[in-house]
Amino acid sequence: MAKTIKFSLDGRHLSALEGETVLEAAERSGVRIPHYCWHKALGNPGNCRMCVVEVEGTTKLQVSCRLLAREGLVIRSVTSAARRAQASALELHLLDHPLDCPVCDQSGECGLQDYYMDIGRYPSAMREDKAHAGKSIPLGPHIMLDQERCIMCTRCTRFTSQVSKSHELGIFGRGHSQVVDVVPGRTLDNPYSGNLADVCPVGALTDRDFRFQVRVWYLDETESVCPGCSRGCAIFAHTSTRRPWHNKGRRLARLKPRYDSDVNGHWMCDAGRYGFADFDSDRLGKVMRLKPAAAELSWEAAQREVAAALRRKSAEGLAVVASGALSNEDWKAFKSLFVDTLKASRFLFSPEPDQVGVEDELLRRREKVPNLEGGKTLGFGTQIQSMSWDGLAKDIGAGKVWGLYVVDRDPVKVWGEKGRKLLERLDLLVYQGPCKGLSGDLAHYRLPAAAWLEEEGHFINFQGHVQGYRQALKPLGAAKPDWEIFAGMEKDARV
Amino acid sequence: MTKLLTAHFDEPKLHELETYRRLGGYEGLKKALAMGREALMAEMGKSNLRGLGGAGFGAAMKWSTVPPESKNPGPRYVVANCDESEPGCFKDRVLVTRNPHQLIEGLLIAAFAIDAYRAFIFIRGEYEVQYKILEKALDEARAAGLIGACSIDLMRGAGAYISGLDTALLETMEGKKAWPRQPPPFPTAAGLMGRPTVVNNVETLCMAPHIVLHGGDWFVKLGTPKSGGTVLFSVSGHVADPGVYEFPMGTPLKDILTAAGGVRGGKKLKAVIPGGVSTPVMTSDELDTPMDFEGPRAKGTFLGAGGVIVLDETVDMVMVAHNIERFLSHESCGQCTPCRQGSFWHERILERALSGGGTAEDLVALERAGENITGQVICALGDTVGVVTRALMKKFPEDFKSRFPERRG
Repeated sequence: MAKTIKFSLDGRHLSALEGETVLEAAERSGVRIPHYCWHKALGNPGNCRMCVVEVEGTTKLQVSCRLLAREGLVIRSVTSAARRAQASALELHLLDHPLDCPVCDQSGECGLQDYYMDIGRYPSAMREDKAHAGKSIPLGPHIMLDQERCIMCTRCTRFTSQVSKSHELGIFGRGHSQVVDVVPGRTLDNPYSGNLADVCPVGALTDRDFRFQVRVWYLDETESVCPGCSRGCAIFAHTSTRRPWHNKGRRLARLKPRYDSDVNGHWMCDAGRYGFADFDSDRLGKVMRLKPAAAELSWEAAQREVAAALRRKSAEGLAVVASGALSNEDWKAFKSLFVDTLKASRFLFSPEPDQVGVEDELLRRREKVPNLEGGKTLGFGTQIQSMSWDGLAKDIGAGKVWGLYVVDRDPVKVWGEKGRKLLERLDLLVYQGPCKGLSGDLAHYRLPAAAWLEEEGHFINFQGHVQGYRQALKPLGAAKPDWEIFAGMEKDARV
Repeated sequence: MTKLLTAHFDEPKLHELETYRRLGGYEGLKKALAMGREALMAEMGKSNLRGLGGAGFGAAMKWSTVPPESKNPGPRYVVANCDESEPGCFKDRVLVTRNPHQLIEGLLIAAFAIDAYRAFIFIRGEYEVQYKILEKALDEARAAGLIGACSIDLMRGAGAYISGLDTALLETMEGKKAWPRQPPPFPTAAGLMGRPTVVNNVETLCMAPHIVLHGGDWFVKLGTPKSGGTVLFSVSGHVADPGVYEFPMGTPLKDILTAAGGVRGGKKLKAVIPGGVSTPVMTSDELDTPMDFEGPRAKGTFLGAGGVIVLDETVDMVMVAHNIERFLSHESCGQCTPCRQGSFWHERILERALSGGGTAEDLVALERAGENITGQVICALGDTVGVVTRALMKKFPEDFKSRFPERRG
């Protein structure tokens, strides 16, 4: 166990771990000292000079991001001398800043605005023309650069050199004419580039996806978990429902990483961040019987009809396709319905080949679904083995499978056009999911499920961490969480 | 008067090995190797040799903070800082041009003192002639077997003022942007490539052979108790005979001006910048100041690197301030905000004042900005941004009042 060091900050008694700086210890204890360049994961170059504090016994003010906490240190960050130095550093940061807050996406969550209100509020003494530099420079697919707004904290260049290790960004030129820019001949397109909009404390690096879509103060924030892979990064979902005409009518405005030391640290990947941009497109909202006589059904009627249809022939010939996209709650109801009640024996939930992708050392995992582990705790993958798509196709082709229940997966996408013919041979195809996909129109029954942001639930990531996610949006139309659909059906299936 | 570094400057071929050796060159190195590391460090310690690049840090102290091989095994380095970029300073250029072997000898002594087998001379890119002279001298020394197991590499700078600062110089040598590091750790603990490194000014290293030959006690007696030996002054500006002058530490400023022929053209002296443009100005009333590391400090300024700039009565101090701030703003490395933005702000305010647009309010802004920059930056060069103009404002208020008049409405 590391030794703890006791020191005082503005009269409060804080404790630091050995080797921790005053600023780190303060942040950990929830005490705010102004800062730009320091970032817990990116180091402390000490170039912004915002975190200056007074140390009892010394005359010179010191930057707390480089001041190691020592036993008995008495530190003051709110004295007039410290505040004057902080305000002066802020004044110099803002000297050539364009003050284009009305058209800046960072507005409302900007370090310059926040500290001006906290410690600034000085009248401007700047009478010269402001220096100009490049504006709205697209650096890559996701990030837009405004060099005039940059305060040279170097968080972005440290991110590309230390975290993404892709080295696209550099600081070019010298002194007041230096700028952040992308290295000649390259574009900023690493798999983690979206994090740059987060690490930038001002509006110099903004998200192209989010640009001019909605002002941040109209957003609602919900704690969630990214369903993009088995890492399950802790995230915030920022939703826009109060001004429905903003953000091109889309309810999900953006996803942001939420700090979790055990899972994702400060980051998330671009695939997760931007992969859900079309969250509201291709969505299902009606409970439908499509064949033989097409009609919109009530949930009660649909559950009754589907339950009866599932029992019409032998359980031997009933196959169920699901995936690690199910939450723990879904898995439980799923097992109860299909394993315990209907005694189905053919299951397909392996992520191969449609739910696997690129893996790397930082965050991304090969399995592009969040909760295979949740299924495993109930025996899916241990007692109950997953069949392959090829095996399923063979069984349907050979007439061994008469009924197929598909939960949020797309056989046509996996099998291609021959998949349509296979699905048409089935006596019963039930399709359940938030989106229609390519297979939704081929089903006898099509049941709308709530998407992950529209329900509460839990995922277990590949490390075994159980993580809860909260409901951010209302389900569309008649959509219900998967577990509710399974549970509703089970009553009728049990007879 | 004893001269050490410039003693044989009237020898026409001093830069050649043969001449240098005839005059006793490389005897210091021979003696140092013979006396051993501990005795050498003891002599250096007694000498009170201060770092003559401007910081005045004890040279022996710096060498002794390099951890011994047993505590930190692996390579350690010595770097001769010849990135002389301070306006007003040109002593290193003269030392290298006239007597390159003196530097090589000093560098080898320093390398021996800290057990380094690799040494570097980092020379500013603009010193092309000096680079060639050093290259030739190194060839000569190598051929004569003087460098021994140690290797000396020459590296050229790319023209940034900030590279003259030790930690920025190390960054440059590593191929990075010349942004100063923020100690700790100091270079003697983790310098070039993270290894213990001593960075010494050219003049400091040139002193080493003389200390070894004549002893630390002899050396310290040449100067003042706290600043041993002699020091070079690069005298420029409105004097009759500008040039490099060697004086014992503690020589009064007026003696230095007299040696340089006094103010030229019969004009009256107005001000002296004692140690290069980054040191605060002194008035003509302060000529009795003893020029060592302590004397100017008592007057609120610094010995710096001995770049004495003499200004006569015709000089407008606002123009001086503008000239210096424009230089600092152009050369600010841009790493920390107060220096980067502050110097540029200073430059713009002073420029406006020179074109007739100054007001008394600007003086308040300059004073306040200057105060807030000083002490709030990463390196010593950043501090000067705030100090230099404020010293000029304080010591020559009339010049500033006429450029920054009270305006109404």
